[in-house]
Amino acid sequence: MTAESTTAENVQRISMFKVLNPFHVWALGVGIVLVGEFMGWNFSVAKGGAYGALIACWVIGLLYSCVAMIDSEVTSTVAAAGGQYTQAKHIIGPLMAFNVGLYLVMAYTMLEAADALIVGDLMTAVAAATGYEGLNPQPFVVLTIAFLAWLNYRGVFMTLTVNFVITLFAFLAIIALFVGSDPLNPGSVLKHSELLTELPYGWIGVVAALQFGMWYYLGIEGTCQAAEEVRSAGRAIPLGTIGGILTLLVAATLTWYVSTGLMPWQYLGQATTPLYDAASIIGNPSLQVVLFIGTMFAAIASANGCINDAARAWFSMGRDRYMPTWFGAIHPHYRTPFRAIIFLIPIAVSFAFTGLLDQVITFSILSGLLGYTFMSINMMKFRKMWPLGVIKRGYIHPFHPIPALVLLGLCSVVYFATFLGYGASLLSIMAFYIVASVWFVMRRYQFVKRGDQFTMPWPRPKGY
Amino acid sequence: MSNYIPKIQAKRGQLFDSLFVLVLVYVSLYIPLFLESDVKSVEETTQVQSHSWESLGVSVVEQEQWQKLGHDPASAAEIINNKFDYTIDPVMLAITALVIIGYFFFVLRVSNKQYREVINEKFNGTNQQSGTEARQ
Repeated sequence: MTAESTTAENVQRISMFKVLNPFHVWALGVGIVLVGEFMGWNFSVAKGGAYGALIACWVIGLLYSCVAMIDSEVTSTVAAAGGQYTQAKHIIGPLMAFNVGLYLVMAYTMLEAADALIVGDLMTAVAAATGYEGLNPQPFVVLTIAFLAWLNYRGVFMTLTVNFVITLFAFLAIIALFVGSDPLNPGSVLKHSELLTELPYGWIGVVAALQFGMWYYLGIEGTCQAAEEVRSAGRAIPLGTIGGILTLLVAATLTWYVSTGLMPWQYLGQATTPLYDAASIIGNPSLQVVLFIGTMFAAIASANGCINDAARAWFSMGRDRYMPTWFGAIHPHYRTPFRAIIFLIPIAVSFAFTGLLDQVITFSILSGLLGYTFMSINMMKFRKMWPLGVIKRGYIHPFHPIPALVLLGLCSVVYFATFLGYGASLLSIMAFYIVASVWFVMRRYQFVKRGDQFTMPWPRPKGY
Repeated sequence: MSNYIPKIQAKRGQLFDSLFVLVLVYVSLYIPLFLESDVKSVEETTQVQSHSWESLGVSVVEQEQWQKLGHDPASAAEIINNKFDYTIDPVMLAITALVIIGYFFFVLRVSNKQYREVINEKFNGTNQQSGTEARQ
């Protein structure tokens, strides 16, 4: 069978393999995020001090708990590749779906670029430490993205099995660091009583810290992209997602506790590899090696998961003609969205080489935030249009509509936090999504088959 | 009620559309560079000529940790004296809020109109699988 015959028109005949279990879903979600514990979260310390970062960790933890609850219910009911994109298509409408698809592709592709840069920088640091100063990191960036894209091309089972192993190692590295810091004897290694200060910028700094507090959890919602490839969406998605958010809450708290007990907040706020620095201060060479490998694995796992998710979102948009149909193809042998995977390789590399890491990361965070805002609206509409009992749900989250309302409120505060630090980038990124939306309405929507946008075997939605 | 028959896009059009989105992304990445500097940081107004741990207000324990991290008073001062400025421009805040709210209002309103077309075609359509499609 030729690749040509696998385009969107014949997608009913060739579908992706259903081979994943809850551990793969956990590996996908936690794998994307855990690098944020090794680096990135600490910029919230610079914004609001150590206590400001802890408050951000918990407040944003609440935001992501709402995300995980909502995601688990909607994804276990709308089990298809594209995750939130497919949900938007079925619940809100094509333009929202197009935007959500773009949020996903942009958030993951830009995060992937940042991850690859980390791998390159780590290789340069190792070379310098072993006497090879001035090693160019760029070939390692390209190599990392190319290798992971190849892995993704060859099949989702191997991709996420690898992710499970390296993510577990990275998580255990954080546990090892915690144990190595002698937490049972406060004051011996960890010096919180001397290093923790009052809020350096007051409460406005705490609000500003929320922007980088997202780094603790950004990407956990990516578990939804596996919905079409899990053996049982109703079981695997809620288990993997909620298990993932619990893992991240533990990892984030331990990370904050160890780091703030070892480093002055001003240093911590600008450190490139804070957990590796923490291991260096402790002075245990084995721990340093473990943290170095953990940092490397976390960055690779994140890039790997990002390729997986960005490609599936792009593929889904191509399949539905929101983007060119050429991308809506599944590989006849490996059953992966191979064209979308290949197309996004040079784009991720080019993002990595722009030299605009700040803007790239802000684009990624803001795209994620726009997606969470959508999710709160989506959840309220979902319950209204198909009340409980009307359709079969794989999981029903408790306390509705409180999680959706809390999520909406917290998203508003994080927009304000982003405005405080990156106001111009915020407006520029909003301009991108506004122009893209107008372009979709004026040009792309003419290629979209209206009736094909609703594929779930559900009754007519209430109110329509 | 007849179903909407979408146009089929030629290969050249598909390529153009893919490139259009890419160009749009790059433009939005570079725009902030042409606007005012995003990360607002100000140096301390009091410029200290020669730094010491005492002049930086660093405790003995903090000093030990800075030294373990390979810093002397001069290099630590560069980090310690780099402060954020959280002054809020109310006009810019109002514009930003309006842009975000306006964006969601527009997307939800248009989506709702499009969704009604989807539902009408899905549940009222006479021809579920349209065989022929118009060529662009």
